[in-house]
Amino acid sequence: MTTLTTDLKRLGEVKAPAGFADRLLAHVGMADSYARFDTVLGAVYVAWNRQGVSAASRAASAAEFEAWFRKDVGRQLVAADAPKDLATKIEDELQGRRRMRFDLRGLTPFEQAVLRKTREIPRGEIRPYGWVAREIGRPAAVRAVGTALANNPIPYFIPCHRVVRTDGQIGNYGGGGPEAKRSILTMEGVRLKRLEELARSGVRYQGVKTTKVFCYPTCHTGRHALEKNIVWLRDEASARAAGFRPCKVCRPAAVA
Amino acid sequence: MDGTERLFERMVHEHQDRVFALGLALTGNRHDAEEVAQDTFLKAYRALVTYAPDRIRELKQKAWLHRIALNVVRNRVRGVRPHLVELNGSEPDHALGTEDGALLKLELDALAVRVAGLPPRYREAVVLRHVQELSYQEAADALGQPVGTVKANVHRGLKLLRGDDYDDSDN
Repeated sequence: MTTLTTDLKRLGEVKAPAGFADRLLAHVGMADSYARFDTVLGAVYVAWNRQGVSAASRAASAAEFEAWFRKDVGRQLVAADAPKDLATKIEDELQGRRRMRFDLRGLTPFEQAVLRKTREIPRGEIRPYGWVAREIGRPAAVRAVGTALANNPIPYFIPCHRVVRTDGQIGNYGGGGPEAKRSILTMEGVRLKRLEELARSGVRYQGVKTTKVFCYPTCHTGRHALEKNIVWLRDEASARAAGFRPCKVCRPAAVA
Repeated sequence: MDGTERLFERMVHEHQDRVFALGLALTGNRHDAEEVAQDTFLKAYRALVTYAPDRIRELKQKAWLHRIALNVVRNRVRGVRPHLVELNGSEPDHALGTEDGALLKLELDALAVRVAGLPPRYREAVVLRHVQELSYQEAADALGQPVGTVKANVHRGLKLLRGDDYDDSDN
């Protein structure tokens, strides 16, 4: 025979629903939420929190994404239904029509600087690792830039695929290897074959005779120059010797 | 993650069952109980980030969370309830697999409904004293009432709850 007070005591022993703490921590921004999105790049797992998008990966499964996130980013992660406008925002961002907010907490100031600079590279253009290093005021840290980009927690969104080797080779890619890098750049309108031919013949810059400006070959300011006015330049010194100055938009060399 | 967040995370893990149980006994159903528990911790979080370190250190977490939860329940207005964030959907309690377990859960939920049906002042007193098992002094602190008032309310509440199902042996 149970008594009322022992029953009441048992009522006090009920457990909170499974996952309650995780959902709560995600709600106050202490854990990240994630979902799978079908994008132009195929299925991409994206994590977000109140600060913005915090990670992305074309992981093979949710479990793989969770394991990678916990190890790499080091926060808790909760599967969630995406806010209803997030899928559209992601698609717009990947198509270059929007600037999303990103959460880069947990990265070193150097890594943050590298990723922020990389975001400035326009769609359809590429820059060498050395450019990123020079632009953030660490011209000797080219390899460190490569490492920072390889560890980019938000590939595709922060376009580390637009950073290539100084000799014009495509370089490696943390977001799925060189092949993935090629296909994303091609999708963005970069003419890789042409760039590789230029690199093989030792050409680094495109100069325009009429303006006396030299650019990276993908820079949008040089795109409308007439073929007869274009000269191909091998390095900064010979460009300057021929009377060219570096473009102020793509900044292929420090402006003296 | 800073110190306050770590403290909050520990607080959630340590007290989530207790606060959910309080919500269940006060509202009479599990959906509302989860809302109450969620609101309670959200209010706690918003308060914690504004508190000075000294104040956080001296905080009596259990009593503090009980006070917040009581206010959350009191302030709930029928019809305009805050939306429950179901990020993942509430999963069914997997712990209760057996028929005995299911029966137990139904019985408990039925009891919760009866408790939630008590007039507020008896309900709060009974729940704090007998569901949450606070001492009379702790319950009095949480309610901001004299101990004698709490004792009287607990007694009347139990009397109202006690039906033919129960023998009269306990007080």
